[in-house]
Amino acid sequence: MAAPIAIHLEFGGGAELLFEGLKEHRVTLPSQLEPWDMKQLLVWIQRNLLKERPELFVQGDSVRPGILVLINDADWELMGELEYQLQDQDNIVFISTLHGG
Amino acid sequence: MCQVVEEYPDQLERADLPSVSKKCGKCKEASTAVVIRTADTYCRGCFKEYFVHKFRATLGKNRIIFPGEKVLLAVSGGPSSCAMLNQVQEGLNQNAHKKLRFLPGIIYIDEGCAVNQTVEERQRKVSELQAVFKAAGFPFHIMPLEQVLDLPNSVVVAAPSPSEQLASTYKAAVDHFIQAKRSNDLTAQDQEETSVPYVQESHTQRLQQLIGSAKTLTAREDLLNTLKQHLLVHIARSKGYSKLMLGDNCTRLAVKLLTSISLGRGAQLAQDTGFSDSRYGDIIVVRPMRDYSANEIASYNHMFNVPCVVIPSLNTKTPDRASVHCLTESFVTKLQVDFPSTVSTIYRTSEKLQTAGRSSISTNLCDRCLLCMCTMDTAVEKASAFQATQVSTQLSQAKPTGSPEQPTASGQCCSGAGTEGCGSGVGCCSSASVKTPDLKSLLCYSCQLTIKDMLSVEHLPAYILSEAQRRLRRFRMREDISEFLLDDGDEGGDV
Repeated sequence: MAAPIAIHLEFGGGAELLFEGLKEHRVTLPSQLEPWDMKQLLVWIQRNLLKERPELFVQGDSVRPGILVLINDADWELMGELEYQLQDQDNIVFISTLHGG
Repeated sequence: MCQVVEEYPDQLERADLPSVSKKCGKCKEASTAVVIRTADTYCRGCFKEYFVHKFRATLGKNRIIFPGEKVLLAVSGGPSSCAMLNQVQEGLNQNAHKKLRFLPGIIYIDEGCAVNQTVEERQRKVSELQAVFKAAGFPFHIMPLEQVLDLPNSVVVAAPSPSEQLASTYKAAVDHFIQAKRSNDLTAQDQEETSVPYVQESHTQRLQQLIGSAKTLTAREDLLNTLKQHLLVHIARSKGYSKLMLGDNCTRLAVKLLTSISLGRGAQLAQDTGFSDSRYGDIIVVRPMRDYSANEIASYNHMFNVPCVVIPSLNTKTPDRASVHCLTESFVTKLQVDFPSTVSTIYRTSEKLQTAGRSSISTNLCDRCLLCMCTMDTAVEKASAFQATQVSTQLSQAKPTGSPEQPTASGQCCSGAGTEGCGSGVGCCSSASVKTPDLKSLLCYSCQLTIKDMLSVEHLPAYILSEAQRRLRRFRMREDISEFLLDDGDEGGDV
């Protein structure tokens, strides 16, 4: 049984508009059998945090194209994208690059 | 590959994903943080160097901005323009090599009325941005979009460009500047306390009426862009700036390229997406961020705490198919996920575009589109696609009685009116629709499409309508006396 994990989530670049304008969320993921990975985190966010228009944030299993994901300030491509396993006190940032200017 | 629902089973091999345990591709010391162009992985420090260097190299390579020039930065609060502001700040601060040498000012256009924001919301965003601008230390101007209703006619008239600033004189100008600097330091412009102009409720309503008269989101976006551009150019001219910097990034320009082609702006692609755009004559529009992809900018802004303010626009939270721009954007970004060189390929195509040779100075006034100020592309040749669309439009509008729409029979009435030309009165005396001129002949193809989407053109700002009247009158006058005119381009030119 994995212990509950505390995660620091940030939303930027316009993505926060889908989360009631709140840019920072400190959440605790409940404990479960297998370790948490990014795929499950996305499902959790969609269920618990996303207030409107889910199609603007998630697409299928992954984030919508145009949303940059940083895990502990590194591009998530370097960490394995959806397969990355979350650890306690991780900092995950979702930045929308579509709302540019 | 070109299906609507695309599935990529395992036949596509993914290249080995670089992992964070690997070292930075450049300095080989620190751990990687950012992926650029799939294969290059940089650490924080190298990424910052790369980012900063690219900005200065882009400006230096193009040799358009001369030392000591006044440059207006158009900041919308979004990530790209704030990154641009940040780079200009850094570039002017350092004593490092390749230091920037121009005098910047900042302009922010508050378009909250077009997005139906309340006055309080607009004020809140404006004060957030004011804090950012004050920290930058450059003179800044904040203009509500409603000011566009009060612009003078001169905005849509291309001013003659100043004496040719050739690349060859650039080096001389830089040397001269460095020598002069030794004697006296570059006096940075003082930050004046410019207050935000008060906006009348009636102006806001008029503007909302105007934007609302466009039926489709595509037309609305286009109209808003045009009005913003006019306002930017006017402010640059009135405050004495000779260059205007826009923060369009690579991804945005790639989307703009495809969108422009879909909207019939193929002839103006080079100016819409190129590094420098000289359609206004005296103000040159420059796009220094065009080499940066949106991802790079977002990563940089996050890592180095560049302040930016998110302001909702016309296409915030709209579904994919709301407008041509939205659709193209979703197409390009989706394609980019699986084919990471999409954006750079499109961008490289745009780099190869150039405007055909005609020098802008000799271009007749009537040869420029009224709204977008680009050279007209509607000279109808036989068997061209444009002629085909015109024929089909006429056929679909042909009335049963067979009489075409009332042509302004200017020949009859005005020559009979005596010595006065058509300039007397508001418009041509015979035409019934005096108040709302028929703008079609004054616009390029894509601006015609935008106007077609509007319920009526009477809500357009006064400067556009009056300039349209003026050009139509001149055109008719020219037609009247055409048989007495010597041909253009005859030799000698003696009277």
